[in-house]
Amino acid sequence: MSPAPLIEVRGLGKTFAVRDGLRTRALHALTDVTFEVHRGEAVALVGESGSGKSTAARVIARLLPASSGELRFDGADVLARRRVPLSFRARVQLIFQDPFASLNPVHTIGYHLERPLLRHGKARGRAAVAARVHELLDSVGLAPAAELARKHPHQLSGGQRQRVAIARALAVAPDVILADEPTSMLDASIRVGVLNLLRDLKEQRGIALLLITHDLASARYLADRTVVMYAGHVVEVGPSALVMAAPLHPYTRLLISAVPDARGSFATPLAARGGAPRLIDPPPGCPFAARCPEVHDRCRRELPALRPVSVSRLARCHLHQPAALSAAS
Amino acid sequence: MTPPPLLEVEDLRVEYLTATGRVRVVDDVSFTVRRGEIVGLAGESGSGKTTIALAILRLLKAPAAITGGRVLFEGRDLLGLGEAELRRVRGRKISLVTQSAMSALNPVITIGEQLVDAIEEHEGVSRRRGLERARRLLELVGLDGARVASYPHELSGGMRQRVVIAMALALEPPLIVMDEPTTALDVVVQRELLGEIARLRDQRGFSILFITHDLSLMLELCTRIGVLYAGRLAEAAPARQLAAAPRHPYTRGLLGCFPELHGAATRLVGIGGTPPDPRHPPPGCRFHPRCGHSLPACHVSAPPRTVVGPDHEVACHLLP
Ligand SMILES: Nc1ncnc2c1ncn2[C@@H]1O[C@H](COP(=O)(O)OP(=O)(O)OP(=O)(O)O)[C@@H](O)[C@H]1O
Ligand SMILES: Nc1ncnc2c1ncn2[C@@H]1O[C@H](COP(=O)(O)OP(=O)(O)O)[C@@H](O)[C@H]1O
Ligand code: SF4
Ligand code: SF4
Ligand SMILES: [Mg+2]
Ligand SMILES: [Mg+2]
Repeated sequence: MSPAPLIEVRGLGKTFAVRDGLRTRALHALTDVTFEVHRGEAVALVGESGSGKSTAARVIARLLPASSGELRFDGADVLARRRVPLSFRARVQLIFQDPFASLNPVHTIGYHLERPLLRHGKARGRAAVAARVHELLDSVGLAPAAELARKHPHQLSGGQRQRVAIARALAVAPDVILADEPTSMLDASIRVGVLNLLRDLKEQRGIALLLITHDLASARYLADRTVVMYAGHVVEVGPSALVMAAPLHPYTRLLISAVPDARGSFATPLAARGGAPRLIDPPPGCPFAARCPEVHDRCRRELPALRPVSVSRLARCHLHQPAALSAAS
Repeated sequence: MTPPPLLEVEDLRVEYLTATGRVRVVDDVSFTVRRGEIVGLAGESGSGKTTIALAILRLLKAPAAITGGRVLFEGRDLLGLGEAELRRVRGRKISLVTQSAMSALNPVITIGEQLVDAIEEHEGVSRRRGLERARRLLELVGLDGARVASYPHELSGGMRQRVVIAMALALEPPLIVMDEPTTALDVVVQRELLGEIARLRDQRGFSILFITHDLSLMLELCTRIGVLYAGRLAEAAPARQLAAAPRHPYTRGLLGCFPELHGAATRLVGIGGTPPDPRHPPPGCRFHPRCGHSLPACHVSAPPRTVVGPDHEVACHLLP
């Protein structure tokens, strides 16, 4: 038997209470999120704005409580425990989009790295801590380390700050890094360096990666598998190259058709219309039905399940499920 | 004889006057926009894109100052115009769409009324006729005309940005300057909006100066592209030519920074280092600290512009 996945998410749901005039209503940010991340694997979470990517990452990092569903880490049920153990915080590290907001302007870069080292007991004594800080800065390509450690966040470029955020995550020797749009605020020439750094961490240190991005090309560049989300549902899962080359779900097809391509002048038409899904009072059936070019009667009545379509691929769409099979379920 | 270009920017120079001296953030930039063209300006953050857009419309505020060059629009130098004349040019002749414009919509006034205001400011039309125009403008950008009655917060980001584009189209100016018009939007919405912009351009024949940091987007939309680096134009070429045969080392590097959706996922090289601090630009070619091909000359003298083909110019010492 294969070992338990590092992260296993099953039917995760998350609702937020939002005010609507005098009433309070439930916003279904996550309805059914199911996927896993194996040790040393890079998985990308893609989908449009508001699809629930960040919410999923925050629930997985236990920064937000889940409303329903299961979350297993290394085989153990983590939601069962109310308090989040420090060891979990160390093993799962988060990196955010805005590297400026996540660093404290009054502290030096060195301080940002010393803190987690001391807090998690990863180094003891001035000399050892300093040496480890320099090692960390070296490992994310920030040189000369001694000089950088003395600088403050505002003295660094966006790309350098994002490298500091990665170094800080590495300080506690995590099993997995959850990176929420880590490169979307960086310029193209800087972005590649950060993508390559993440790729090296995975390949050389075996750190697993959950990369949240809206850029499909970056997803394919970095991730072994890609998970596509729409309106709080996982709608497709598969090896990244296959998902991009031969998408199964109509929503994935739409996303791919929207990627700019240098052939120019909008040669390929969009595969569906725009329009945000309703997360408050969502209609029954498939969440993509209102926009789907292949919508049929059944889609408006019945939410398709996320089902295997081949050995390595899953899709949540009636087009990919034999009627008999799903009628029986 | 070919008619003169709609817009001719010649040796434009913009400086920020700071306590510690002058910072030249746009340095002798020249390009043209012809009628009906979509010309792109690409560059990383801080390369001077927004500064150029604002300079063309004479909207730069102190401490920024235009310290050289000409901005010829329909043959007239905008840099010589007085404030009253400039107001007639803005909106009617040249309009501006910015990335933040959609958050600049007035939250307590319906979008219909905001459109009417924009029209009324320049043309004395009745409220009723104005509202009818507003309705048609919304339909033009792919919105339901009945949305004139909506307030900005009732619209999504993509819809608000469409309203902003409708406003820019209101007086049917021959030139629209768009500074990162879709950067804040989702890929699908962005793609829809760009398709709409391209369609409108085909229909109405106006010109666009399209500014973005996203070169891959620009390659899809634009006829010609200028690539800025640290306030200078490194290369300008027809879009296809730029993609197929870039000549400047920076353009080549930049094109290699975008992962591909299909094909082999080979490791990208990117460009080492970071863009210079505009307060202390390196001497000579401003790209030389990051360039893998630099010659001794690159460290001391700025490379001149060399014409290497039709509409294709490169500023690099490697070229004869
Ligand atoms: N604290 C909150 N209170 C109420 N609603 C929330 C809260 N956090 C998120 N949401 C809503 O949940 C939905 C999913 O949001 P989320 O931030 O996870 O999307 P995302 O996929 O990360 O989008 P983006 O690509 O824009 O970052 C959205 O409709 C959002 O408005
Ligand atoms: N008010 C200001 N004072 C001083 N420098 C400024 C000011 N506004 C912009 N700059 C500088 O001008 C340069 C070009 O900026 P900008 O035109 O906004 O670039 P882009 O739009 O390409 O990101 C940058 O180095 C920026 O820091
Ligand atoms: S289930 Fe129906 S509506 Fe949903 S994606 Fe499939 S075909 Fe489209
Ligand atoms: S002028 Fe020199 S340094 Fe500049 S791009 Fe050309 S070869 Fe490189
Ligand atoms: Mg998010
Ligand atoms: Mg700008």
